[in-house]
Amino acid sequence: MPRAMNVVPNRGSRLLLALLPFLLIALIYVVGSAQRRADNPEDKLLPPVAEMFSTSKRLATEPDRRSGDYVLWADTAASLQRLALGLGIAAVVGLALGLAIGLLPLAGAGFGTLVAVLSMIPPMAVLPILFIVFGLGELSKVVLIVIGVTPTLVRDLSLEVQSMPREQLIKAQTLGASTWQVAIRVVLPQIMPRLIKCLRLMIGPAFLFLISAEAIASDVGLGYRIFLVRRYLSMDVILPYVAWITLLAFVFDLALVWIGRRAFPWAYDGGAR
Amino acid sequence: MSTLSFRNVWVEYGNQVVLERINLEIASGTFLSIVGPSGAGKSTFLRLILGQERPSQGAVLLDGQPFPAEPGPDRGIVFQRYSVFPHLTVLGNVLLGYELAASPFTARLFGTARKAAVEKSRALIEAVGLGPHCDKYPSALSGGMQQRLAIAQALAKQPRVLLLDEPFGALDPGTRAQMHALIKPLWREHQMTIVMVTHDIKEAFGLATRLIALDRPRKDPQAPERFGARITYDLDLTRDSPVPVLGFIRASVQAAQ
Repeated sequence: MPRAMNVVPNRGSRLLLALLPFLLIALIYVVGSAQRRADNPEDKLLPPVAEMFSTSKRLATEPDRRSGDYVLWADTAASLQRLALGLGIAAVVGLALGLAIGLLPLAGAGFGTLVAVLSMIPPMAVLPILFIVFGLGELSKVVLIVIGVTPTLVRDLSLEVQSMPREQLIKAQTLGASTWQVAIRVVLPQIMPRLIKCLRLMIGPAFLFLISAEAIASDVGLGYRIFLVRRYLSMDVILPYVAWITLLAFVFDLALVWIGRRAFPWAYDGGAR
Repeated sequence: MSTLSFRNVWVEYGNQVVLERINLEIASGTFLSIVGPSGAGKSTFLRLILGQERPSQGAVLLDGQPFPAEPGPDRGIVFQRYSVFPHLTVLGNVLLGYELAASPFTARLFGTARKAAVEKSRALIEAVGLGPHCDKYPSALSGGMQQRLAIAQALAKQPRVLLLDEPFGALDPGTRAQMHALIKPLWREHQMTIVMVTHDIKEAFGLATRLIALDRPRKDPQAPERFGARITYDLDLTRDSPVPVLGFIRASVQAAQ
């Protein structure tokens, strides 16, 4: 009998083992839901799967009686637009600042401490300020995501730049590269895989900020809907929405992995870095 | 193709003296090996030429002229590791040198200019024996192949001085022998001045036309950092030179004490 640490599942059993916890959770839910319904037909806490399914179908395929929108898709589009804008702006700012702080000792001396301090500000604490300054529209939600995500990106990317072997930067200079050329041809491409990794990790926080902002002041969006129907205890809406958000985040994660592998094959070859 | 001069060079960090009283003229086209124990300032010596470091006293001159205190395209380098860019293919690594020179803003070449540069790069890659590996990334190359690439990359700039910092130290003996067979003809063909730091005495004698040894001739047991390293041996290894008299410099140092 080999040691437990040496027992490696093969492909098939790996898939099975991955599915097992999901099936188990589903089973527990179905049983629990049926039990609660049996005790109290009016129970709203654990709606049966069929009920959640019909509600989701209504939200996705029937226009809302008041606004005429397909609620699920309108919410998804609004939320994804905010998320994409927020993460996109954060990525660009993070790359530029991270690169400058990591590569230029002057910029590091000037902004390094500032970014370190700013990154300690809880973004949710400044949300009221954002609402006051930027109003209750789209801008304040996007800015919240940017504020929440950017400092981490800047710090991580600047550390990544600083951890690059000095030899490479010197070699580039002996090839006649200016600071600008080193930045765009040597450093920038090499921190892109790190940016992808960071963005993967920041999808969770970005959704957190998005849903928080939507919950407080919005008229459309995934987070808005969840907090709206909470008043009616509509678990048949909340649970599918949570599952949908989770699925979206999971798909983004996969997409980022795929983009990273396609765009930066050198970073994944043999796991060199 | 150029001469390097060290004029009474001292390097000190605070109280620690690394190099002291280095006087050296390196003639154009010399293949100079530098040997010495660890901590004798071999790498510091190289960094002085590279411009990464300034002497505390004295001057280092390239063709009789001082040069800026930062690395530049007239002084190429091959490090023991990390000399090549992992995000560029073999071709991209060599091409980069041409792209940097020709295009200050985008650092990229297009059209016929690119074609010409690719051609020159391929010739260099062929010369170091990496022809069939043009489109591979460095992570797919062996250590020896990476060093070949680093050499090709440095040659693209046609540096006046090529610095080799233990370039073959991480290679197995067979690969090292191949690299020795590669570097000597390249040195002749490109008529460069080469300065190589190495721990391998055989390599130092086998490749170089001149060899210097750095060591600390004076030692104060109470303050081991009080005295820096000097050139303790300076051997002419060209075939038609008089037989080097081993130790004659050390004798003069001892006489001076």
